[in-house]
Amino acid sequence: MISFNQVHKRYPGGYEALKGVSFDVAEGEMVFLTGHSGAGKSTLLKLIAAIERPNSGSVLVNNQNVGALKGGALPYLRRNLGIIFQDHKLLFDRNVFDNVLLPLQICGFDHRESGKRARAALDKVGLLKREKSNPIALSGGEQQRLCIARAIVNRPSILLADEPTGNLDAAYAQEIMAIFNSFHQVGATLLISTHDESVLQDSGVRRLTLKEGVLQ
Amino acid sequence: MMRAFAQHFGVLRAVLRRMFASKLAGFLNILVIGIALSLPAGMYLLLQNAQGLVVQLSGTPQISLFLSMDAKTEDIDRLHKQLAQHPAVAGVDFVARAQALEQLKQSTGLSDLISGLEQNPLPDAFVVHPKPGDAQSLDALRGELSKLPRVSEAQLDSAWAYKLEALLKFGRMGVLILASLLSLALVAVTFNTIRLQILTQRDEIEVAKLIGATDGFIRRPFLYFGATQGLLGGIMAWLIVTASLLLLNGQLGALAQLYASQFTLHPLSFGDSLSLLLFSVYLGWLGAWLSVARHLSQIEPR
Repeated sequence: MISFNQVHKRYPGGYEALKGVSFDVAEGEMVFLTGHSGAGKSTLLKLIAAIERPNSGSVLVNNQNVGALKGGALPYLRRNLGIIFQDHKLLFDRNVFDNVLLPLQICGFDHRESGKRARAALDKVGLLKREKSNPIALSGGEQQRLCIARAIVNRPSILLADEPTGNLDAAYAQEIMAIFNSFHQVGATLLISTHDESVLQDSGVRRLTLKEGVLQ
Repeated sequence: MMRAFAQHFGVLRAVLRRMFASKLAGFLNILVIGIALSLPAGMYLLLQNAQGLVVQLSGTPQISLFLSMDAKTEDIDRLHKQLAQHPAVAGVDFVARAQALEQLKQSTGLSDLISGLEQNPLPDAFVVHPKPGDAQSLDALRGELSKLPRVSEAQLDSAWAYKLEALLKFGRMGVLILASLLSLALVAVTFNTIRLQILTQRDEIEVAKLIGATDGFIRRPFLYFGATQGLLGGIMAWLIVTASLLLLNGQLGALAQLYASQFTLHPLSFGDSLSLLLFSVYLGWLGAWLSVARHLSQIEPR
């Protein structure tokens, strides 16, 4: 599903974020991406969504070479990905419901169908009662869950999460991990970056560990 | 098909809501565009009316030849033949001095005064109808005829009409320049409005790009905004021109009555009104398109 082959990424200014990274994630697999801050976790996720491009090596998503995609093809790649951002990237000029509606509007779903789907996604993350609120009124954990609802609303086959439990206490973090587990069970491919040891301990999930841009 | 229509309609509704989120600001923008467009449109309308007046008054140019008082009957006959055979002349009428005096009596109501004259002060005259030609060739003909024997004076009746025609051409060029400049201003106003919108919606654009919005999807509301603002500005311009016309016609009615005439200004024709609206929609769209092309590519998610 996701395949990295000898990927190098150097940012302008000379900083090398990734050095010869190779790995594969199979369809329906859940994988944790760990490592200290600055180890290259966010860069790796950005390469999958073509927010950044590799300097050398290839990044394949669904057997498509993402690094070589033309600008016009990017939207269709991203519609197949659900991305949960470290900084949420919620829109504060509209309510919770409309935030979740946005991906459906972009894909051109009709009004009634998209309303149903948005409510189903909000229900899954337990925010259905807050649909009229402005996201700014939500707690950190709720904002994170809203971001997840937006990522899953158009049922992508791949979910990417960048530090989804970063600033949350243990109880919230467990809640979020439970949501991810439920997606894993219905067949989604998940790649979750985290340095939260409490999340990593219990599970028998595969781990990819990055250290200074090199996969351990 | 219906779904695509519903989607576009939804965008349009969101655009209108955004335009009048601040009622005053939205209205002021439209007013500025309306005033900018109403100036050339109003001037065009005035010229159009003046043009109609010229056509009405200068339908048949004539040259009046006044003969010297000592012209004899044989001189007159010879001149008549000469004029009738002239290649640039379509027709000739002879107006005898007695006949002219009679006409003067009837048309001016000065019969008492004229009856009191000891002798007829009017000369014999020819009215020459030239073949159609431009102002220069008519003036050359007038010069030539004035040099004929026994002709004391030749007058080109419609000379003023040609002068007015030239003046109108001058005016039309003025309107064209004004319209070009103000169109540019309209494009600039829209360009800037859209630029500000793009800046304030930076987050939304960034997020939309991240979750798979095509450039067309992101561009659409801005283009609709520009076109809608242009349309409303065009309607505003039409209202300004039409209202001004009504006010002017009220005054003009009183003025025309003093001159015993019935001149009124005609409003913008249906075709001209439609052109005005389409043109303003196009300019608004163009301004938005230029702005979006310039600024949207600068927003890439990081």
